[in-house]
Amino acid sequence: MELYSLTIHEIAKKIKSKEVTIREVLDSVYSRIDSLENKVNAYINLTKEYAYISADKLQKKLDAGEDIGFLGGVPIAIKDNMCIKDVKTTCGSRMLENFVAPYDATVIERLELAGAIIIGKTNMDEFAMGSSTESSYFKKTVNPWDITKVPGGSSGGSAASVSCDMAFAALGSDTGGSIRQPASYCSTVGLKPTYGLVSRFGLVAFASSLDQIGPFTKDVTDMAIMLNAIVGHDEKDTTSVNLDKIDYTKYLINDAKNITIGIPREFLKEGLNPDVKEAFDIAIDKLIKLGAKVIDVNLDYIKYSLATYYIIATAEASSNLGRYDGIKYGYRTDKFDNLLDIYKKSRTEGFGEEVKRRIMLGTYVLSSGYYDAYYKKAQKVRTLIINDFKRVFEECDIIALPTAPNTAFKMGEKNLNPLEMYLEDIYTVPVNIAGLPGISVPCGFCHFNMPIGLQFISSAFEEEKLLQLAYTYEQNTEFHKMKPNI
Amino acid sequence: MEDKIKEYEVVIGIEAHAELSTKTKIYCNCSTEYGADPNTHCCPICTGMPGVLPVLNEKVVEYAVKMGLATDCSIAKFSKQDRKNYFYPDLPKAFQTSQFDLPLCTNGHVDIFVNGAQKTIGITRIHIEEDAGKLIHDEFTGSTLVDMNRCAVPLIEIVSEPDIRNAAEAIEYMQTLKGILEYLEVCDCKMQEGSLRCDVNLSVRKHGDSKLGTRTETKNLNSFKAIQKSIEFEIRRQIEELENGGTIYQETRRFDDNLGTGYAMRTKEDAHDYRYFEEPDLAPIVLSDEYVSNIKNNLPEMPNVRRARYIEQYMLSEYDASQITNSKRLANYFDKTVSLCNNPKAVTNWIMGDFFKMLNELGLKINESKIIEQNLANLIKLIDTNVISSAMAKKVFVEMFETGKDAKAIVEEKGLVQITDESAILKIVEEVVNSNDQSVSDYLAGKDKAIGFLVGQIMKLSKGKANPTTVNELLIKVLGAKK
Repeated sequence: MELYSLTIHEIAKKIKSKEVTIREVLDSVYSRIDSLENKVNAYINLTKEYAYISADKLQKKLDAGEDIGFLGGVPIAIKDNMCIKDVKTTCGSRMLENFVAPYDATVIERLELAGAIIIGKTNMDEFAMGSSTESSYFKKTVNPWDITKVPGGSSGGSAASVSCDMAFAALGSDTGGSIRQPASYCSTVGLKPTYGLVSRFGLVAFASSLDQIGPFTKDVTDMAIMLNAIVGHDEKDTTSVNLDKIDYTKYLINDAKNITIGIPREFLKEGLNPDVKEAFDIAIDKLIKLGAKVIDVNLDYIKYSLATYYIIATAEASSNLGRYDGIKYGYRTDKFDNLLDIYKKSRTEGFGEEVKRRIMLGTYVLSSGYYDAYYKKAQKVRTLIINDFKRVFEECDIIALPTAPNTAFKMGEKNLNPLEMYLEDIYTVPVNIAGLPGISVPCGFCHFNMPIGLQFISSAFEEEKLLQLAYTYEQNTEFHKMKPNI
Repeated sequence: MEDKIKEYEVVIGIEAHAELSTKTKIYCNCSTEYGADPNTHCCPICTGMPGVLPVLNEKVVEYAVKMGLATDCSIAKFSKQDRKNYFYPDLPKAFQTSQFDLPLCTNGHVDIFVNGAQKTIGITRIHIEEDAGKLIHDEFTGSTLVDMNRCAVPLIEIVSEPDIRNAAEAIEYMQTLKGILEYLEVCDCKMQEGSLRCDVNLSVRKHGDSKLGTRTETKNLNSFKAIQKSIEFEIRRQIEELENGGTIYQETRRFDDNLGTGYAMRTKEDAHDYRYFEEPDLAPIVLSDEYVSNIKNNLPEMPNVRRARYIEQYMLSEYDASQITNSKRLANYFDKTVSLCNNPKAVTNWIMGDFFKMLNELGLKINESKIIEQNLANLIKLIDTNVISSAMAKKVFVEMFETGKDAKAIVEEKGLVQITDESAILKIVEEVVNSNDQSVSDYLAGKDKAIGFLVGQIMKLSKGKANPTTVNELLIKVLGAKK
């Protein structure tokens, strides 16, 4: 068995016991990247040189008998919208093609504190806007399970890299499903933490009230380990909460008894692919057999989630992306006559279609005369959705849903109809609207063998409950062990 | 035209911007110090680098609440910050973080005194926000450069009700705000550096009209002179326009202080749509009753209270009391000097008279002068104990102002001690009377003026040292004997 195909908990043990050197681990994962990257296109940049320097430092410490952290020597990939000092952070955009931040995102500091080695920056939809990673300015990442299909998005590079062992784990960001949906499409575990659990400092903002960083891992155990590394209050992010740190690995308990799962059946009718529906039903049956109690719940306002999302997210994005105006940040056009001309041309040339579409939508919904009808109303609906979830969580511990209504689609298939693409987020978006945590775990394959994801949602800051149920499900199924044949 | 102007009522509202004198900026740890080399007081946060997040400086809230309490505002227990979106090169984030619909302070007022009459000016709101950077136009290369040192320096915007009716009231209102800000020590109020500046909203209407006229907004006035001149200019411009059958357009204007004229910058049609919305990166500002009352209980004595105290305790005129209490430094100087010489009237006269004049000529603040409180008190004591005359004191004062020396030292050095010995003065008086027959007979013939000449001669002969009161008394006595 190749080293790259192991999980974090397996490789970390081998490194610590000196069965393998950190260099050997890095060699293994980079050789995997070398052999697959021209097909998969998961990475925008590799940080090889820096990775080997870190590897040698860590090895030295280890050899000297020092603690190298619970992620000591583990190679991890980072979505290219998280800043790493002195490394390009492009956000998949021409606009930031040459942007180098002079600081590390808090999650980078925390991963490195735990001993992780950053091996590269992964491809993504431009500014994390998209569900297929096709809107990247640089390249199109493919789905390792079928290279004619998309990996999902916007964190498609991170999902693809983990699913075909081009990284042991990866960080993504999830604004409306950008971790869970590609995790589902690529058959990895993906978790979007509660809003405020993980610091956003250093994450290039798309929609500030919805964005959250989370990991992609090969199994649930690794997810608990990754969470241990990245959660926690950060005084640089006032929206990050100050809670007592807990050890998530303690909740890796194979027991679904006493867990009540709520299913919003109303929400599972329209637009749900029959294969996905079937896999979901089988998964629920399995959980019942494992002792979980399953009840029906009603989320009355959840049907407005997508509309609410596309108002709030685009409004915030239109403001967050204002700074890319060709003056201090971002691409600047070559030829211009005056200030207005710099703005117009730089933004026209620097941004792609989807980003421009969302900036225009967001600008529109915030405009005077439309603000009340759109943005203000969306904020009110958001409150209703939050209250809806609160009410339902009085009846159950976990809500279960498919992660996405379909399996991965063909590249180019939904590009002409943005609305159809937006519908792929229908089961993930409500979680962001309400600021809740959600996890996607592999739960089967469709009739043409594309992965399907099962999503668990809990109350805010109850990630340990998600992990326990996901772990129980994983321990009693084999889907997470399946690897793409690439 | 002047008659026409009288037919109109002027309605003015002022938006004052005060830079808060916190050590660090509103959302990062950069220094707020003025005058540093361009782009040396900035960091990824205040320049809005991709990925950064703001963290609110709590001092900013404290200072704004102080100002709110000092102007009788209600303090919001729950307020939030909003983004005001627009593109401009001095605004690297392309939005200014401000407060829109839920400001920290609302519904307050200040009292101003114009021509001895008190008037209340309502304060609609006070909110916190960040300043923008500065554009520097390089005439030599024709390029425009951005200095981001001022980006995210904390400001409060103080919005008045349209209660102001003329330039004098506007000036007095700004003076009053300045006084309060200085007393609270929340703003250094250096108008020439832009740390206190204002926008003036102005409209005119015929007396008796119930409907307000269309208003214009003149932006960024940073001296009292500019405020006054721009208001006078704009009143005249609007009335002339209306009298000539023209229309006033709602527009943003600038005032060129050097040329003394205003000009339109942009009209309502191309006004910005700022697309305000709640800043999602900052939590709402929630204040406890305890927090607010704690600040309230620790407010220093405010100018209006001090003014009342001066009138009551020291019998100062309303005008003098206002002038002195408008500046905290001046009032502190006054208090200390009075405590040292126990003669508030004399201290007032010196400060309001020669001292003010000489400070103004050099553009100095009272604490920048060489005369320390003890010296002024000593000078007053020398007069009060008849050691020197008022006339001599004026000369001593000039010397003190220039050298910073103590009054006593100057008096001794120059031998300026007053002659109060009656027999010595009488000798001089008699000498002058005997050698000026003409003036004496003029006086005796009823020409009172002649006495002035004789006094002058006596003072001259005594080298200015004779006590003038004694001189007068003795001279009249000697001349009376000749009748």
